[in-house]
Amino acid sequence: MSTTTPAPAVQELSTETRLGLYASMVLVRTFEEAILREYHADKGPGFDIGKGLVPGEMHLAAGQEPVSAGVCAHLTADDAVTATHRPHHFAIAHGMALRPMAAEIFGRTTGLGRGRGGHMHLFDPDTHFSCSGIIAEGYPPALGMAFAFRSRGTDAIAVAVTGEGAANQGAFHESLNLAALWNLPVVFVVEDNDWGISVPRSASTSIPNNADRAAAYGMPGHRVEGNDVEAVHEAAGRAVARARAGSGPSLIEVHTLRMWGHFEGDAQGYRPDLADVASHDPIPAYEDRLRSAHVLDDATVARVRAQASAQVEDAITFAKDSPEPDPADAALYVFAEEAQS
Amino acid sequence: MTLTDTEQAPQAKGGRRLSTSKAMVEAIAQEMERDESVFYLGEDVGAYGGIFSSTTGLLEQFGPKRIIDTPISETGFIGLAVGAATEGMRPIAELMFADFMGVCLDQIYNHMAKIGYFSGGRVKVPMVLTTAVGGGYSDGGQHSQTLWGTFAHLPGMKVVVPSNPADAKGLMTSAIRDDSPVVYMFHKGIMGLPWMAKNRRSIDLVPEGEYTVPIGKAAVARAGTDVTVVTLSLSVHHVLDVADTLAGEGIDVEVLDLRSVVPLDREAILASVAKTRRLVVVDEDYLSFGLSGEVVAGVVEADPTLLTAVRRVAVPDVPIPYARSLEYAVLPRHDRIEAAIRSVLP
Ligand SMILES: Cc1ncc(C[n+]2csc(CCOP(=O)(O)OP(=O)(O)O)c2C)c(N)n1
Repeated sequence: MSTTTPAPAVQELSTETRLGLYASMVLVRTFEEAILREYHADKGPGFDIGKGLVPGEMHLAAGQEPVSAGVCAHLTADDAVTATHRPHHFAIAHGMALRPMAAEIFGRTTGLGRGRGGHMHLFDPDTHFSCSGIIAEGYPPALGMAFAFRSRGTDAIAVAVTGEGAANQGAFHESLNLAALWNLPVVFVVEDNDWGISVPRSASTSIPNNADRAAAYGMPGHRVEGNDVEAVHEAAGRAVARARAGSGPSLIEVHTLRMWGHFEGDAQGYRPDLADVASHDPIPAYEDRLRSAHVLDDATVARVRAQASAQVEDAITFAKDSPEPDPADAALYVFAEEAQS
Repeated sequence: MTLTDTEQAPQAKGGRRLSTSKAMVEAIAQEMERDESVFYLGEDVGAYGGIFSSTTGLLEQFGPKRIIDTPISETGFIGLAVGAATEGMRPIAELMFADFMGVCLDQIYNHMAKIGYFSGGRVKVPMVLTTAVGGGYSDGGQHSQTLWGTFAHLPGMKVVVPSNPADAKGLMTSAIRDDSPVVYMFHKGIMGLPWMAKNRRSIDLVPEGEYTVPIGKAAVARAGTDVTVVTLSLSVHHVLDVADTLAGEGIDVEVLDLRSVVPLDREAILASVAKTRRLVVVDEDYLSFGLSGEVVAGVVEADPTLLTAVRRVAVPDVPIPYARSLEYAVLPRHDRIEAAIRSVLP
């Protein structure tokens, strides 16, 4: 049932689509680089995880942009995405507004969660986006979102994302079964970046391809090799169309790349491939490909980067300029009534 | 040599200064040397050495057959530990954060905790479940809870919570040797990690050699006469800091470090309150339906006339917020502890 698509992708996309995929990846990377900068700016001397403008754990997704760009290109704000502890690339590719997103990461009152949630707990009703710091636990709610869409008679779908490490959690398997059994409009996405913190896939997963597991639950499974945004786009297109048409769920696994540590501050001593990582950066690779296809030139690259940078810096400035929550309000929003105020 | 510490503070016995995490690891290594049936499993406990340095160096010493990296499958590997324990092994299973208990709670409270009882005592489950607890560094509401009240509420497992390196070692040794399941909860803020704000007592004297601290005995962390503060874990350090400050004003605070939630040393609490007649409970767990209420209820049930004043300082039934200003407002920190102590004084 499962097949493997080697890069390059099979079908030729329109210039507009290709530039869209490229711009999405650049915007995500620009955001992640800005968060990286702000996160490390005042952690010292040494590294104290609780210090600085952005305290706490920080999981960045550099290298995994082809997955979010390729999948989200098929979605509208009416579709739901449930992401993981590493959520920024999917949040941005799915259209989350950068200002409230950044403000939440900085813990400000103007943030998506008014400073209550933080970087692992981004909830945005405008784009039906949510995420969870508990591994694989974003899968089951996606079933419910899909269920709600179908009950209301819309053709919206839910996309549920996990890492390959999370695909060994019970919630993953229960969700695949239930979605197939009830024919729910869900697309399951596994980001295989080879590592679950320090544990390689070979030490965590009994088979090489999670896509093969789909067969056990009665749904199509497809693995995309090469961290290739166009191949992801193609596979996701099929899965999304299938879900929208009411034909049920699919599983897509993308073999991608975690360029940076599991979290910021991770020295990655366990990782033998570190020296090579930068050379596998998917963004310059896609740039080269689009240049050879005459879709991209220096001016376009400069424009896309400048736009991304302006948007991101605006969001960061907005976050920094926003007020910190009042400690006296710490108990606000535990119950729904309080949200009226 | 096995020392059994009862009354005196373990620091009195000398040794070297170790961080809490190193002291924990030393106990595990000594027990693994001593007993072939002890093994350790969990996420990132091998090459990484544990996210909070709970297993640093153990893979090099004992190899991958006894220091085992697991998939992210807590129900599977914690249940595996339960089964191995019923067959006579002594597993130590690490749940990376206590907050993740939800994904594997059935194996914990319906199996690990109940098999001994169901079997009328004929089947033993001699395993340790270690887990990191606590907030204070903006890790958000799914990575900052303490939750010892939840484990303690569910019968059948002992729950130990060390506050310092010597106890961390002695309690770990006792936990591994115990024939009951023991949940060993270590606060990230006491581990002495290089990448997190350290309190000055997270690196301290630890006796060499085998060494046990009995499970179920509280320690008087500071003797005093004016007010009893019952607490545990990182809060012990905050309370000791406040007690030092108040001593300058002639206020003499007694600090009781519970060291275990199950069994709860009710006698030590009563003895102290009988002396001071004033009680403050400081607990980093949620306020309602938990440890702080249990401590107060125990005193009132034993003798309702004993107390002249009582206060609780705990997390006010709010998920731990992300923003630093909000998180510090709900955690029991120095300002709230000091205010509570002052409020019970005449
Ligand atoms: C239930 C649960 N167990 C463990 C963790 C700790 N943890 C956070 S991320 C992670 C690794 C996840 O690996 P993977 O699913 O491959 O995603 P990646 O981090 O590679 O994006 C682990 C073990 C958690 N958050 N929740």
